[in-house]
Amino acid sequence: MHFSNTQKPLLSVQHLTTSFYTRNGIVRAVQDVSFNLKEGEILGIVGESGSGKSVTCYSLLGLLPQPPAKIESGRALLGDVDLLKASRKQLRSIRGKRISMVFQDPMTSLNPFLKVGTQLAEALQEHASIRTREAHKRAIEALEEVGIQDAAKRVEDYPHQFSGGMRQRVMIAMALITRPEVLIADEPTTALDVTVQAQILDILQKRRAELGTSIIFITHDLGVVSGFCDRVHVMYAGKTLESAPTRKLFEQSKHPYTQALQSSIPALHDKETALYTIPGSPPDLSNPPRGCPFAPRCEHAIPACSSDETPMELKPIGEEHFSACIRYQQGDLS
Amino acid sequence: MGALIDNTANEALTLESGTSLWKDAWYHFTRNRLALLGGCIFLVVFLFSFAGPWLSPYSYNDQDLSLVSQPPSKAHWMGTDNLGRDLCTRIMYGGRVSIGVGFAATAVSLLIGVLYGTVSGYAGGKTDALMMRIVDILYALPFTIFVILLMVIFGRNIVLLFLAIGAVEWLTMARIVRGQVLSLKKLEFIEAAVALGLSRNRIILRHLIPNVLGPVIVYATLTVPSAMLLEAVLSFLGLGVQPPMSSWGLLIKDGSEMMEVYPWLLIFPAFFFSVTLFALNFLGDGLRDALDPQSAQD
Repeated sequence: MHFSNTQKPLLSVQHLTTSFYTRNGIVRAVQDVSFNLKEGEILGIVGESGSGKSVTCYSLLGLLPQPPAKIESGRALLGDVDLLKASRKQLRSIRGKRISMVFQDPMTSLNPFLKVGTQLAEALQEHASIRTREAHKRAIEALEEVGIQDAAKRVEDYPHQFSGGMRQRVMIAMALITRPEVLIADEPTTALDVTVQAQILDILQKRRAELGTSIIFITHDLGVVSGFCDRVHVMYAGKTLESAPTRKLFEQSKHPYTQALQSSIPALHDKETALYTIPGSPPDLSNPPRGCPFAPRCEHAIPACSSDETPMELKPIGEEHFSACIRYQQGDLS
Repeated sequence: MGALIDNTANEALTLESGTSLWKDAWYHFTRNRLALLGGCIFLVVFLFSFAGPWLSPYSYNDQDLSLVSQPPSKAHWMGTDNLGRDLCTRIMYGGRVSIGVGFAATAVSLLIGVLYGTVSGYAGGKTDALMMRIVDILYALPFTIFVILLMVIFGRNIVLLFLAIGAVEWLTMARIVRGQVLSLKKLEFIEAAVALGLSRNRIILRHLIPNVLGPVIVYATLTVPSAMLLEAVLSFLGLGVQPPMSSWGLLIKDGSEMMEVYPWLLIFPAFFFSVTLFALNFLGDGLRDALDPQSAQD
């Protein structure tokens, strides 16, 4: 893409492992996940429910309740700060200021008792000594920036007076009002209908272009990723299976799981034949299978895939392209 | 295309008249006849008790020994007691104490209960467990013994009475609030507030407490009558308000001792007391229906 390879990443996550200690055993939700986020880049993290994509991001911001969650190892460098080792106070000054978050369900992400303008201003006031009137002005601007008409009047409204799409715009405005370097969007379009989805993606694109914000975009929808993200990271059962620039991932994927996902997208599919589905279901993470977690469902699996002798590891397989499939790594498949 | 959708959406929103949660609650409340009636009756009793004594020609301890234990008459609307005091005036003064105790104790229980419950629920884990066990222990203490102990240590004092009742009522309040906070804590807007980097105090004061206010207000309106009842019980036992001051509980107790001969001494205070309790309960029920969208009838 148009970002050079040598550029120092803005956020570098290395070998992040997060587990949940539950009564039924240890659930390894995220295992050895690494990725870099460059300035102005949109990184898509794709995976099914329970693949660990949200937990990855929640770990970064220290939003997981500990216990039961525990970050076992890894580093997450934002500049010089390791987010995983930062003190509570340090994290609080980073949350909402340098890294913001947009949540999945806009209907429940706003406090029903506070005016929208108040909530927008709150984020600003927490992180900067700013006068109330100034904060109010900035709140109106922030609403205008996400395409809400009549913003000066709408800041006086309560959340329930906004539609779902409008609320998600408010959430985006709220997340961006402090001009963070990184925006984590946790399935921000999942709860919205398709037309509104497109508008929200539009706004995110526009804001990225204007502010140069890097975006981590979590989704289970490969279709959304294709037109929106610069780079895609495919997760399954807490592990990264493939990571590549979006075009490469769609045109020449090097992992059977990604390929299977692509064949399951209804829109890309021939209407005459039955829609492809991946057989089986994701593994139980409190008792993960050996080797590659996808092997039991994979049509290209060989005995070596499920053995301990060949540990699954993300390896470069092309320029900017990483795959964890040993058969691709060994050149059996191409 | 996008702009078109925006316009229609905005139009639809401006057409729908903006209503805040409170306005909505008020709308539902005013449609509830029983609750409105309860509110009106309570207002009347309240005015009777607090403004009445200014208009009454008697004071609460003016004795007229030539008119002892008189039935209701023109001069004494509700008769006189065995010391020749005007019962109507004594009911007014008693109402001041009873209603005052009800509200003061509720205020105390609100203050302690809401803060305690919110902190406990929000902190979670071991802090929560410890705080709730303390509540359990206090719950297990027999209330009357607790009050008697307080009275013995600090002497009889009306302020102490307020505090003692409040100190008992806050336990339930704390449990209710904690339960609410536990379920609120999982909602996304609290998570969003954390993700915005808001401080713990700010989240508790601005995001949690306003959202528990609905059930808290409802429970508070039900706490008022129960505190009044407690005061009556204590006065009945001789632990509450001391003569010549009066409270409804005390008047009922005095009346019950002579109810065979001078029934009005029991009937009038008991009437005022039960009417007030009914009114407050209807009011509380109405508020609950109005503030809780899940129990809305339509």
